[in-house]
Amino acid sequence: MASAAKPIPGTHIFDGDAAQKGYALNAMCFSFNHARNRDEFVRDEDGYCDRFGLTDEQRAAVRARSVLQMIAAGGNVYYLAKLAGILGLNVQDLGAQQTGMSVEAFRQMLLDTAGTPKALEAIHG
Amino acid sequence: MAEVLGGVFTSHVPAIGGAIQRGAENEPYWKPFFDAWPPVRQWLEEQAPDVVVLFYNDHGLNFFLDTMPTFAVGAADTYTNDDEGWGLHPFPIPAGHAALSWAIIEKLVEEEFDVTTCQQMLVDHAASIPLALCWPGREAPVRIVPITINTVQHPLPSAKRCLALGRAVAKALAEWPGDEKIVVMGTGGLSHQLDGERAGFMNPEYDKFCMDNLGPDPDALTRHSVHEMVELAGTQGVEILNWIAARGAMGAHVSEVSRTYHIPISNTAAAVMVYETAEATASGAASTEKTPALA
Repeated sequence: MASAAKPIPGTHIFDGDAAQKGYALNAMCFSFNHARNRDEFVRDEDGYCDRFGLTDEQRAAVRARSVLQMIAAGGNVYYLAKLAGILGLNVQDLGAQQTGMSVEAFRQMLLDTAGTPKALEAIHG
Repeated sequence: MAEVLGGVFTSHVPAIGGAIQRGAENEPYWKPFFDAWPPVRQWLEEQAPDVVVLFYNDHGLNFFLDTMPTFAVGAADTYTNDDEGWGLHPFPIPAGHAALSWAIIEKLVEEEFDVTTCQQMLVDHAASIPLALCWPGREAPVRIVPITINTVQHPLPSAKRCLALGRAVAKALAEWPGDEKIVVMGTGGLSHQLDGERAGFMNPEYDKFCMDNLGPDPDALTRHSVHEMVELAGTQGVEILNWIAARGAMGAHVSEVSRTYHIPISNTAAAVMVYETAEATASGAASTEKTPALA
């Protein structure tokens, strides 16, 4: 246990435990900085996952395109975003998927935050 | 003698870069954010800095989990931006200022910050987008010293430590014998969370606390632990650490020049602020006074 602090609901701290657990998955995602690697993943997803030694849990998460499962398997969103790019998903798509909302509802939730009293106070001083 | 003129603080959401590259600045979604920039650019035009000391966090372009420095200082005369995997074209990056980098490194280590030094370093969107916002459509007419803070893999450095790092950089800048005019930049935030069931979380109340206190009382931002900052600002909202370090590098007294807060940019509560140092305000006032006499 890297931290004894109280859990924050719906929030996963990317600590040493997660960084060790997720290493292979994150390494694969880090490789997607290069276009040829992205192309290779698209061409042969299983073979590409083999090359990075993804665990069964990580493979299942990638196959399911499930962000929460990838995070549970040690994925970090900064690296996962590179995989999301290949899949044509932006951070609203990721947010919608993780919160179980439609993308439209998730976008609306973001927009609605701007109208709250605390937001108006922050916007207008 | 070198002079620290002030600081520019901004969110660095990748989608901002996308909007710039699509020419979408005047679309209704984007306009409120881009409207923050003309006064910032005017201030930069007036101040005409030679150097930007840029505090940001790398998102997996230069650093991976194989080697993750808590604090890293670029020590090169050349930096480049590159493909980060999700479609943004690389932006032009101005030259580095290796001599000043080494002076900062010397001072930081003397002050017991055990930093990583990088003679080769790709700088990611957290550096390139703020520079593109300040100097649109061209390579920024400055030299840069990039300083990265780990906001990716916990344990992260505390806010107190980041402020102290910035203050040590301020000492290095004060002792630098060159005559450059220097602006600091802190990028990232404000509140946002991309991952987990709480994705989409923003906290305008905490953001306002940060914007209200960063200038006059930056130590107020150090009273929260990193874990408390994650709770208050979101998992990626901890990027405020970059702002805190940059504020430290500006010296004791600053005044606010401009502030814009806008929700949302992508999943983020976005903010743009400029602070001016007491020294820059004094010299600005002096030059303003001169104008009528000359006229």
